[in-house]
Amino acid sequence: MNKPVAPEEFDYGPLYAAQKKVYPQKVSGRYRNVKWALMAVCLGIYYLLPFVRWNRGPGAPDQAVLVDLPNSRFYFFFIELWPQEVYFFTGLLILAALALFLMNAVGGRVWCGYLCPQTVWTDLFFAVERLIEGDRRERMKKEAEGFTLQRVVELTMKHSIWLLIAWWTGGAWVLYFNDAPTLVRELVTFQAPALAYIWIAILTATTYTLAGWMREQVCLYMCPWPRIQAALTDEWALNVTYKTDRGEQRTSLKKAAELRALGQPAGDCIDCYQCVNVCPVGIDIRNGLQMDCIQCGLCIDACDGVMEKIGRPTRLIGYDTDINIARRKAGKPEIYRIIRPRTVAYVGMIVAVGAVMLYALLNRSLLDINVLHDRNPVAVRLSDGSIRNAYTVRLLNKRGAGRVVTLDVNGPANAAVHVVGMDAVSSGRPEIVLGRDQTTELRVLVTAPAAINSEKSIPLVMRVTDSAHGDMASATDHFVAP
Amino acid sequence: MSDHEGEFDKATGKTTTGHSWDGIKELNTPLPRWWVMTFYLTIVWAIGYWVVYPSWPLVQSYATGVMGYSSRADVAIDLANLEKIRGGKMAALGAAPLAEIEKDPALLALGRARGRVVFGDNCAPCHGTGATGAKGFPNLNDDDWLWGGTLEQIEKTIQFGARSAHAESHEGSMLAFGRDGMLKKPEIETVANYVRSLSGLPTAKGYDANAGQKLFADNCASCHGDAGKGNPDMGAPNLTDNIWLYGADEATVVETITNGRNGVMPAWIGRLDPATIKALTVYVHSLGGGQ
Repeated sequence: MNKPVAPEEFDYGPLYAAQKKVYPQKVSGRYRNVKWALMAVCLGIYYLLPFVRWNRGPGAPDQAVLVDLPNSRFYFFFIELWPQEVYFFTGLLILAALALFLMNAVGGRVWCGYLCPQTVWTDLFFAVERLIEGDRRERMKKEAEGFTLQRVVELTMKHSIWLLIAWWTGGAWVLYFNDAPTLVRELVTFQAPALAYIWIAILTATTYTLAGWMREQVCLYMCPWPRIQAALTDEWALNVTYKTDRGEQRTSLKKAAELRALGQPAGDCIDCYQCVNVCPVGIDIRNGLQMDCIQCGLCIDACDGVMEKIGRPTRLIGYDTDINIARRKAGKPEIYRIIRPRTVAYVGMIVAVGAVMLYALLNRSLLDINVLHDRNPVAVRLSDGSIRNAYTVRLLNKRGAGRVVTLDVNGPANAAVHVVGMDAVSSGRPEIVLGRDQTTELRVLVTAPAAINSEKSIPLVMRVTDSAHGDMASATDHFVAP
Repeated sequence: MSDHEGEFDKATGKTTTGHSWDGIKELNTPLPRWWVMTFYLTIVWAIGYWVVYPSWPLVQSYATGVMGYSSRADVAIDLANLEKIRGGKMAALGAAPLAEIEKDPALLALGRARGRVVFGDNCAPCHGTGATGAKGFPNLNDDDWLWGGTLEQIEKTIQFGARSAHAESHEGSMLAFGRDGMLKKPEIETVANYVRSLSGLPTAKGYDANAGQKLFADNCASCHGDAGKGNPDMGAPNLTDNIWLYGADEATVVETITNGRNGVMPAWIGRLDPATIKALTVYVHSLGGGQ
């Protein structure tokens, strides 16, 4: 039962917790190298991709990846997407989510540890900080000492470089929305549109704040993935794990040597805190799998270094599963199972969605027709008794060149077709000139003789044909009588 | 904080808030300070908003804010900008000869778009939103034109109207043959049957076609023509086609001959600028009935 406790007997604790500052220590090793390599690849792609050229012919943008907002076009190498094809982006998002689930099923939060932009940029900012202010101990000492001239100089340098990186990040962002070389020239000469400067400012501010100041706080408080991930993970996923079966009981190096000399068991963990010191989110991995862990593997590198020095086998901390800890304790061999129903299902879904997208992409038409029957009036009776229906027809020419198409209308017998404003005719069919990469709206009038069966609506097919390129598109509608 | 009825929780090493539900106590897990600061900042931001932008309702009016911002003024600016953007294009439309507009896809699109909107604002009350007309108000989608259906004729009709107060208005009136005593009731019935027969409609039993033809030639042919084909210069409708402005049944035709019909279309010149009238002309012409 609750015993009443006098207020002075305990501390209520702070109402608001101050941020615990993390001073990650430098580390080297396999996972650190992987992180450096991935950082180079990711940042290299991000910063340089806008400058990659792609020839799409005269009059078309020659930037490989371009989001052309004013003209509502998206260019990605050989692909050019129109606004009505945004479902490809939906497909990409589904693929990304599935890939994230798959990564999680195989290797836990590897995304967080290696590829997440927050991780990549924070890692870069850490590197700058370490270069200028020194490693963990030095930084902690300097921070405790307060401001000296040298520290002011160092801090100014650090923040300047951070801001420079952040500014470059924002600068690269806007290059995806305009011709990169032109925009760079405009930016330098202050001729660029205000919107470009505003976006650079926004991304500079967010990069500087998120990667420089908020760091692990973003992962802990702002990112939803740790919560979702906790619900998706299972006992087979490889997670950065402290192998308690090997590490415990923790003892000092000396004590462990004595115990082993006597033939008694001793844990490999010597409680050196290297794994904690290098952790960018400031956790102790030895407490087990926890939500805060981004699984970057730096503690593995740190622990391996120590194990090598004290002559014990490496991988006291490593990618492992709880199953294996239990199995080793029970004297059974370790098992790893990457191919299991969950991963097979994710791969299957990824392949299926990818195949559907690829099919849609390869079969997308470069010529499209949309037909809208006039609603007011639906039909008009002319002075000689014949019946006319009007249609608003929209033709989409997604080819990067102008072309001429002919319009066929297959509907009521002996109907006459007229396109308002178009006199050109090719073998009796209206001929329409389409500009490159644009839509054209036509008013098409179909007139049927009075004798048609006016009881019911008559199916009508409009077909445009570009015989020069072999493209064809058609749409179905109806012809009705008044 | 001393008003907390909390206690120390041994398992977690934290204090509780003192709140308890079904024996489960809530731990006091403090928010991060930056989070709280952000929250306070949003409050400060909100107060700043009150100062800068209009917000509080007052008894007679409202607090306008130091910026004097008004979304209505924003709309006015947007509209002015729109006018500026349109200006050049509308000028091009106004300068282009009528015959050229439909041949230029860009001008045709502009004319139709602008014409549709202006039509909805000014013409739809009589002619209907789809220009389908009504009894006494011509359907503009068909190919029957009282005053002519070429681009020039349509423009003229829109500019000056028909039987309007404008000096250049179309003139021409259908006489009230019955009311003014020019024809007697049986004569009117006879000529009505004759007129219906011109467009192939059935006639009443025992009606004298020869008498009808003579009556028509004496009274109607001067405007409607010998064959009843009408005359766009006088707004005299074609009586041989299937389109009837007021209706084709015998009673309606008798009524028309007895009392006359003189529908009025107002003049739009002066109310709409020339370029807009051009756009309207192109729109109406492109509805499909234009000649």
